[in-house]
Amino acid sequence: MIAPLLANAESVPFNPLPWMIATPLIGAIVIALIPRHRTDSLRQVALVFSAISGGLTLYTMVEFSAAEKGFQFVVNAKWVESLGIGFHLGVDGISLFLLVLTGILFPLAIVGVDPHHDHKPYYAWLLVLMAGCMGVFISLDLVLFFVFFEIVLVPMYFLIGGWGYANRVYAATKFFLYTMFGSAFMLVGILATAVLHQQASGGNITFDLVKIATDQSIATEAARWLFMSFAIAFAVKVPLFPLHTWLPDAHTEAPTAGSVILAGVMLKLGTYGFLRFGLYLFPEASSYFAPVFLTVGVVGILYGAICATMQKDLKRLVAYSSVAHLGFIILGTFSFTVQGIQGGVLQMVNHGITTPALFLMVGMIADRRHTREISELSGLQKSAPIFAGVFTLIMLSSIGLPGLNGFPGEFLTLLGGFKGARWWAVIAAVGVILAALYLLWAYQRVFHGEPTEPNRDFPELRLREGLVLAPLCLLIVGLGVYPKPLLERIEPAVQELMVHVGQHAPKVDVRDVEAPKRASSERAVESGSGK
Amino acid sequence: MNQQPTLILGALIFAIGAVGLLVRRNPLVMFMCVELMLNAVNLTFVSFSRSLNDVGGQVVVFFVLVVAAAEVVVGLAIILSIMRRRPNATADDLTMLKG
Amino acid sequence: MQHALWLIPALPLVGFLLLVVGGRKLGDPRSGILATAMVAGSFLATVAVFVDLLGKPAEERALTQTLFTWLPSGNLKIGMGFLADPLSVTMCLFVTGVGALIHLYAIGYMKGDPKFSKFFLYLNLFVFSMLMLVLGDNLLLTFLGWEGVGACSYFLISFWHTDPANATAGKKAFVTNRIGDWGFMVGTFLTWTTVGSINYLDINAAATAGTIAGATAIAIGVLFFVAATGKSAQLPLFVWLPDAMAGPTPVSALIHAATMVTSGVYLLVRLNPVLLSAGWANDLIAWVGAITALVAATVAISQNDIKKVLAYSTVSQLGYLFLAIGTGNYVAAIFHMVTHAFFKALLFLGSGSVIHGMSHDQDMRHYGNLKKYMPITAGTFIIGWLSIAGVPPFSGFWSKDEILAGAYNFGSAGKVLWFIGLITALLTAFYMTRQVIMTFFGEEKWRNIGTDADLVPVTAHAHADSDGGTDSADAHDDHHVLTPDHTPHESPWTMTVPLIVLGGLALVGGVLNLPFVDKFELLKRWLEPTLAGEQELPHGATLFGLAVVAVVVGLVGIGFAGLVYNRKRIDPALIEREEFAKGWWIDSSYAWFMGGPGRVFFDGVAWFDGHVIDGAVNGAATLVRGAGLRLKRVQNGQVRSYAMGIAAGAVLLVGFFVTRMGF
Repeated sequence: MIAPLLANAESVPFNPLPWMIATPLIGAIVIALIPRHRTDSLRQVALVFSAISGGLTLYTMVEFSAAEKGFQFVVNAKWVESLGIGFHLGVDGISLFLLVLTGILFPLAIVGVDPHHDHKPYYAWLLVLMAGCMGVFISLDLVLFFVFFEIVLVPMYFLIGGWGYANRVYAATKFFLYTMFGSAFMLVGILATAVLHQQASGGNITFDLVKIATDQSIATEAARWLFMSFAIAFAVKVPLFPLHTWLPDAHTEAPTAGSVILAGVMLKLGTYGFLRFGLYLFPEASSYFAPVFLTVGVVGILYGAICATMQKDLKRLVAYSSVAHLGFIILGTFSFTVQGIQGGVLQMVNHGITTPALFLMVGMIADRRHTREISELSGLQKSAPIFAGVFTLIMLSSIGLPGLNGFPGEFLTLLGGFKGARWWAVIAAVGVILAALYLLWAYQRVFHGEPTEPNRDFPELRLREGLVLAPLCLLIVGLGVYPKPLLERIEPAVQELMVHVGQHAPKVDVRDVEAPKRASSERAVESGSGK
Repeated sequence: MNQQPTLILGALIFAIGAVGLLVRRNPLVMFMCVELMLNAVNLTFVSFSRSLNDVGGQVVVFFVLVVAAAEVVVGLAIILSIMRRRPNATADDLTMLKG
Repeated sequence: MQHALWLIPALPLVGFLLLVVGGRKLGDPRSGILATAMVAGSFLATVAVFVDLLGKPAEERALTQTLFTWLPSGNLKIGMGFLADPLSVTMCLFVTGVGALIHLYAIGYMKGDPKFSKFFLYLNLFVFSMLMLVLGDNLLLTFLGWEGVGACSYFLISFWHTDPANATAGKKAFVTNRIGDWGFMVGTFLTWTTVGSINYLDINAAATAGTIAGATAIAIGVLFFVAATGKSAQLPLFVWLPDAMAGPTPVSALIHAATMVTSGVYLLVRLNPVLLSAGWANDLIAWVGAITALVAATVAISQNDIKKVLAYSTVSQLGYLFLAIGTGNYVAAIFHMVTHAFFKALLFLGSGSVIHGMSHDQDMRHYGNLKKYMPITAGTFIIGWLSIAGVPPFSGFWSKDEILAGAYNFGSAGKVLWFIGLITALLTAFYMTRQVIMTFFGEEKWRNIGTDADLVPVTAHAHADSDGGTDSADAHDDHHVLTPDHTPHESPWTMTVPLIVLGGLALVGGVLNLPFVDKFELLKRWLEPTLAGEQELPHGATLFGLAVVAVVVGLVGIGFAGLVYNRKRIDPALIEREEFAKGWWIDSSYAWFMGGPGRVFFDGVAWFDGHVIDGAVNGAATLVRGAGLRLKRVQNGQVRSYAMGIAAGAVLLVGFFVTRMGF
């Protein structure tokens, strides 16, 4: 898979994208060669390779041109030529920060969590998972995307099943089968898309995303069916109500690193998929089905929050909060406004910072106390004030306090939602109240009050734990105060997407979207949208 | 030439084989019944091949013979090794592969 | 002086950051001094900006300063920008001024608390957030401050979190406020889709130009009023404020009396051009304000906790402010907000001083004759009392009178609103007099503790039982029980100096806006450029007559309370009715609803998720599994039955071909 691109990579100065996938895979092979008892060197090797891959994402971010439209760092090599399957990679504003997020979270998860047993396969699987996640976000070929989309299931299945908590086998199986169920629809959809595209446009069969999306030659009626086949796969992955029940089980039973990656990266595969393979590939169908997804998204916001409130297991509570948070992203995406989509992408990134941090802290609590039951915990703020302080910061970010990173995305999705789908947004905003309810209630039960006997000696935050959380906390504050660097890189891609959607979906109003010439966030407000 | 007798003979042998397979319990006898059925089919093929003047039927016979030979090699080996361990076992006793 | 603008919020922020890093090292009292200095510096910066604005002609009195773009998205561009105009500078002046005094007071009040530096860290963060709320030049920046003060309020109410009641009160405050925030957010969205900007200057310009049409303006007005009912504790969301008294007393004074709870008022005044065209939204605001004022005043009558009385009094006074806004008297609202900040902060700090001197017992039934032991506290408290009761020439008289006069002038319903306001004034004078008599006069009732069965010592929530302390939980048990041989003591200078300063302000605060001649209406002329829809007050004889009526009513209230509690001519039980004491069961019915049907609903949804939705998933799995278990019996391992199956199948197939396909 890698070989053909090495040739290609030589022709351009340096393209980090293939190496982002290759580095973790090489790392996994190296780990396979290290004796299993040398746990320290296993961890170091895993860290080095994931950090190199993460560094490449940072390099991509630095080199990424905010002013340019379209995909950057494009690799377009042949793979299975006779079937029109290409090795087509590229990154734009929508995928850029998801890549960076992946690049940051994996090294942190490797440093921050000790698997306790079977280190060798654990780190190997983590690296394979990293390669898969990277691949999903940069694939611009339907088959290639599908391959990565499915590859990530395998390592995650083994991570949950091998290193999880008590009910791990059930959770792992459920996770795997549920997601496979959705992907089956997508596979059919991918094949049908390519065939129908070939029939409509003539020429050779191709699975190239950009080509199919630009041609838009598939008949409207057929495109709607195809969109739904993709949408089912993504809806399971997001997950959307009522297809969400694999998530609490998988998140709760997964080892901490697994939960971190699941919440931080893998849930975004679904929302990212909706943007890339929903709105971009089938703009008309997306707008046609928008009310369905808006409704499901808003129901998810409220429903996830209510379920979270009643959970007795702290980790499960955080898991349900993800259902609610991702509902906001869906609301923004299907509002078909620049603000909504941009906010959705921003929320993907920010949720990917906050929720993993919460999972890390819950994992620390579970490690110290060997329980995640809320009723078993109490008064931790008295036993470990710094620990509680860090938890408070992350919790407030999750609640969506302005000035912290949870807010900008949530606000923009709601604002875009209000513009594009008013009443849905009005109801969705109620979720903001519920978020405060479930998190503060849980916080009170776990951290406030007088500590009971087993909680009295709850150890304070350790240095290593602090070092793992520090970058996330910095991002939480930094991106809350100054999200502009992200927003101005996301915006050109979103505007381009909106213009594309506007051309093909008559229902969508894109009058106030700027012509896709140059990215500039310094536009004044006077070009207001009349409503 | 009238092929009716050969066809009837083929059908009879096939029926003997089939009934034998169903009613006998000795694995070896059952195995031989399978061979009977195969050869009954061979006979039928040859007979039709001749009456229709189509050599294809005879080709199939060779295929069947090859398959039968392969089957004998594998099947007989399995049966013999089973009989060696459990000399008095009948086919009904050998149900270890049930679901 | 434009560049001093960013310093106003920056200084408390720096204080917060310094305390985060080195608060524990600085310790007690240096961290408190640092925090106080930062807020005082912020006050000086505000004064500089104020002087600068004064030097300009009235119509140019608006400074803006944008530090950077916060949220750019498409045609939405939200800057981290500040707006200093007469309105926001007025707010800043009293937020930083009163804030600095309360910081100083807290150095004395919180002395010895193991979380001393953490307290000041939160206080500085609060002041920063409050200043962002006030100075922000757009709705979203105000929302940043709005949520920030809410979070600080949460931290500070549950400051002594080891007591579950405090923790619950903090959570309740935050969640209740969040209900209001829903209104704020949706209001912001609606404003943006209507105006295309959420900058105050743009919104108000659009409103003045008539861009915001009737129904939209009403919707915006109502939505922001919903936000205000949460933050400013109006019906139906006021229930969190009395519980918020669980926080340390300086917090109650700063956040829950002087500053944060007035932010709803500030928001609506900020948007006054929108309210001008908002039709019945104004009536709604006026009525809710008036009714809240009355209801809260009745509840205050029957409270025995010294801080609870003041809490309900705050709710009631905030009701006045909304009455003023609803009737279009924005100057009166701001005027009363300022004087209220003076006298209510004074009263809270005074009550804190009393609590401090009485071993943290908050029950007024245990007080009495404290004027003998705490002369400064008593003297300043009495100034606050006369001010809130509306006795001239104390500041509260002037501002309250303007509100009542403005209500009187408000259309057909105005007289009714005025009458409700008047009754509230009577009740206010009554319960405040009751409080003063019970606390500072009469017999020394704590002497009877232990002998009198009714007097069970009630302690406030303890200081020392908080986290991080080197001394553990057993150290605090002894000094928080009020005993008969207790000798109350006056508080240290850090606590009495703020009392004296605030007492002085409460005394003379009225000069800000004296009604006699236009020339004396300083506040009105100062605020005028920011106000579009200011209603005219009654003039001359009417105004004078209304003032006389208000004063008489106030004096009647004081005299009546004197009869009941000093002369003991009337049994207090007749007045302190149960529905008052229970707060008209509003809070308890919410609690019942949340604990009853609400809980059942939430449990139901969780059950639905586990059993129906996940049940369907597991059901599908079980179905497949069950089918497999049954089908596997066919695979019985008997070769001959397989052969039978094959034979039967072959016969069936042949039969099918022969009969159906016509071979």
